[in-house]
Amino acid sequence: MSDKPEHTAEHAGTITPKPETVRAVEELIKRYPLKEAALIPALHKVQDEVGWMPVEAMNWVADKLELPRVRVYGVTSYYTMFRRKPAGRNRIEICTNLSCSLMGAEHLRDYLCEKLGIKPGETTKDGLVTLTEVECLGSCGTAPVMLVNDEFHENLDPEKVDAILEKLKAGSNG
Amino acid sequence: MAEKVLTARFEKPESHRLATYRADGGYQALRKALAMKPDEVIELVKTSGLRGRGGAGFPAGMKWSFVPKESEKPKYLCVNGDEGEPGTFKDRYIMSLDPHAILEGALICCYAIQAHTAYIYVRGEFKEPIKKLEDAIDEARNAGIIGKNVLGTGFACDIWVHYGAGSYICGEETALIESNEGRRGMPRLKPPFPAVVGLFGGPTVINNIETLAYLPHIFNRGPEWFAALGPEKNGGTKLYGVSGHVKKPGLYELPMGTPLREIIYDHCGGIRGDRELKAVVPGGSSTPVLMPGEIDVNMDYDSLMKIGSMMGSGAIIVMDETTCMVHVAARLANFYAHESCGQCTPCREGSKWIAKILYRIENGGGREGDVELLLDLCDRIQGNTVCPAGDACAMPVRAYVQKFRGEFEAHIKHGTCTVGNFPNPWKKD
Repeated sequence: MSDKPEHTAEHAGTITPKPETVRAVEELIKRYPLKEAALIPALHKVQDEVGWMPVEAMNWVADKLELPRVRVYGVTSYYTMFRRKPAGRNRIEICTNLSCSLMGAEHLRDYLCEKLGIKPGETTKDGLVTLTEVECLGSCGTAPVMLVNDEFHENLDPEKVDAILEKLKAGSNG
Repeated sequence: MAEKVLTARFEKPESHRLATYRADGGYQALRKALAMKPDEVIELVKTSGLRGRGGAGFPAGMKWSFVPKESEKPKYLCVNGDEGEPGTFKDRYIMSLDPHAILEGALICCYAIQAHTAYIYVRGEFKEPIKKLEDAIDEARNAGIIGKNVLGTGFACDIWVHYGAGSYICGEETALIESNEGRRGMPRLKPPFPAVVGLFGGPTVINNIETLAYLPHIFNRGPEWFAALGPEKNGGTKLYGVSGHVKKPGLYELPMGTPLREIIYDHCGGIRGDRELKAVVPGGSSTPVLMPGEIDVNMDYDSLMKIGSMMGSGAIIVMDETTCMVHVAARLANFYAHESCGQCTPCREGSKWIAKILYRIENGGGREGDVELLLDLCDRIQGNTVCPAGDACAMPVRAYVQKFRGEFEAHIKHGTCTVGNFPNPWKKD
């Protein structure tokens, strides 16, 4: 999939966020002397609602902050936390930077890949999990570490990973 | 056991709440500071010897004194909680467990430089620490500690959390400012320095979370007490984050200048499985690696500088004899290549080439001359970029290659690792 947003006429529209998201973004704007400074937190609020950053979501943020849309595309594509394609129902982000690597993170990543039948950057066919390999998460004393839907899971081993995957599976059925 | 300063409240129940912070004497230091003249506040911090805990170790009081007294544009404080240097995990704990200490420190700094707004820049992945900080800010605002009339003194100061979205370089102070203004995190040329032209064009101080969290203690107990906790010109305690192959990894608050050997073998219980120590990163991934023969160094800014490394963030990464140094260098180079903002060619292209060559060596495709090529690349990156990110890649890579040159050459010659290459810790025999 292309890393660039689709700049075609059919993507010229905007989403309509929920009123609480709009209110949250308006509150953010008040914190800064310039509207545009609220851009990154505002993108977070919208992504929290939408689940990823389609062009229409970026357009809405651009219009709300009175910014050229291309400014917003540039910022969104620069920061790794903004997702450029839809994720699965759950997101697992595993750190393999040095401290985690020393504690076996790459073996754990391979274990996850094998169990899920996907490579890092992919989503399982049933849409249950998107697996991403990420850089240092700032939790090196409790390595290896991963984020599951933005929540830290530390001191991991294959048994703990199994338990997490079981929980995710159960959640998707319930 | 040495005296705990920053971590003293960590174990208490509800340590993050205003009520418990106040019960422990919270915001008394701010009251003291507000009764002084701003210049006296700066002088007191200078006397304490407090140096910036983000990595560079610049004296905090001196940094504040660079802010011009008169300014047409508003002044700002940016609190750096980006915590992205691999190996570093200290500020996260302060944010979660003692957020009011950060707020009190930030208010003292704002008063000293006469700023009326502070932003705490926190990396976006830290959802829970962000929540704790935002709740603490709400508590402090409702109690009249933050706002138009701080503690009834007429001094106005507001504090907001601003969060990032996954970019290592935003820990660099001018990239942080760019990101705080809603742009890509691309560092600015200096001069002008942020103290003169910073956030929204106004004079700006950028201080690390840990630096600010010391301030309430310094004002409560006196700058001389703080200075005496560490060696000369390296006052206070330090949060050392130890990760890797030690028996007890974790966060240790110890006097500044504690010998590295003592940290590894006494506090952290030595090397896991009682294996041999092979290498130690003393201050986060960008600091040059130390050999086992170098660990008698005292962990303070000046002592590490003397032996050609750096204190950085105090993030100690310990590696035992099973560690493949080619892999370590490759993994770190890959990180710096990924995180390069892209504006300077030496960093953008050089870090990618270094990573490519190191992975080639690791995967058995190393060529004669690769070692020299790596060192040449390091020379061409270092000192040739807008910000220190280029150096952050070149300095450690050079140290790995030079100090473990035999291992790199053996890897190239044999086309494979000769030291064990990260055994799977969970593999059943």
